[in-house]
Amino acid sequence: MKVKIGKKILSANEQYAEQNRKYFAERKILCLNMISSPGSGKTSILTRTINELKDRLKIGVIEGDIQTDYDAQRIEATGADVVQINTEGACHLSAAQVSGALEKLSASKLEVIIIENVGNLVCPSAFELGENAKTAVLSVAEGDDKPAKYPALFAKSKALLINKIDLLSLGAAIDFDIEKVKSDVHRLNKTIEIFNVSAKTGEGFDRWCDWLFEQAKKQA
Amino acid sequence: MHEMSVAQNLMATISAEAAKQKSKPIKAKISCGILNVINDELLAEAFSAISKGTSCESIRLEIEHKPMRGLCKKCGREFEVDFSKGRCTCCDSADFELLEDAPLILEEIEFETG
Repeated sequence: MKVKIGKKILSANEQYAEQNRKYFAERKILCLNMISSPGSGKTSILTRTINELKDRLKIGVIEGDIQTDYDAQRIEATGADVVQINTEGACHLSAAQVSGALEKLSASKLEVIIIENVGNLVCPSAFELGENAKTAVLSVAEGDDKPAKYPALFAKSKALLINKIDLLSLGAAIDFDIEKVKSDVHRLNKTIEIFNVSAKTGEGFDRWCDWLFEQAKKQA
Repeated sequence: MHEMSVAQNLMATISAEAAKQKSKPIKAKISCGILNVINDELLAEAFSAISKGTSCESIRLEIEHKPMRGLCKKCGREFEVDFSKGRCTCCDSADFELLEDAPLILEEIEFETG
């Protein structure tokens, strides 16, 4: 006997994502879901972004890691509000976890919430958290073939930060062709904004921060 | 390995339906798009691990992967997108938009008869 179901398998997650989406909309908060491999520099990008936009935007952060609150400590040092989620082994954040974190964040004062997902180039992109947009980070040390090899994240993101570009000008032995990355990414995603940045030197942050500011103003 | 989360959600739905039907499920048909990044072996392994000793233990998963479709802005045709080429398969134009990826769906459950 066959029974037709026709139901989304991740509908439980999607219900929480919808709840989070409403939460952000009601408070006119811009929420970004930042996704990358481990070690691409997400937290360094966040601390510099928070510092550079200190006088223009109130940014809060939800940190997702398998273990430790190391990243939350780095965010806290900037003075920004932060909540750490430890997934205890899970390779991605779920919308329910984010919903729980939102209760602990003093969101009433915030204009932007950035969720730093668990470092992983594949799994997090399959779980909606209720964000306005996904933001991908790719560091030059990872190689310029990653968008072609791991297309899902790059196809779904509204922005891509290519980080650690200072390594290229140092003459480090890194084969990373930015133009190749751009053409590979544009094949997957025609409207994505791409920012070349260095969280270490601050290069490229003016344009990225202006874009983030503009996106936040669109919510308000 | 997000297949474990998918397996847990899948089993919850199948168990609920099995209780309703008062019958043993033997097969589940699933469909997904490429952006769901589902690996068949990993999902089968995850499902088998969590369903051991339950009524879902002997279920076979049948997974259909639906290709990404594009709409060509030059010739207006819909086509199956090959990301390594990134061109319309009819007119070779690179000017096309991606249509929405297929969601991850539990299509059908087959139960033991008799």
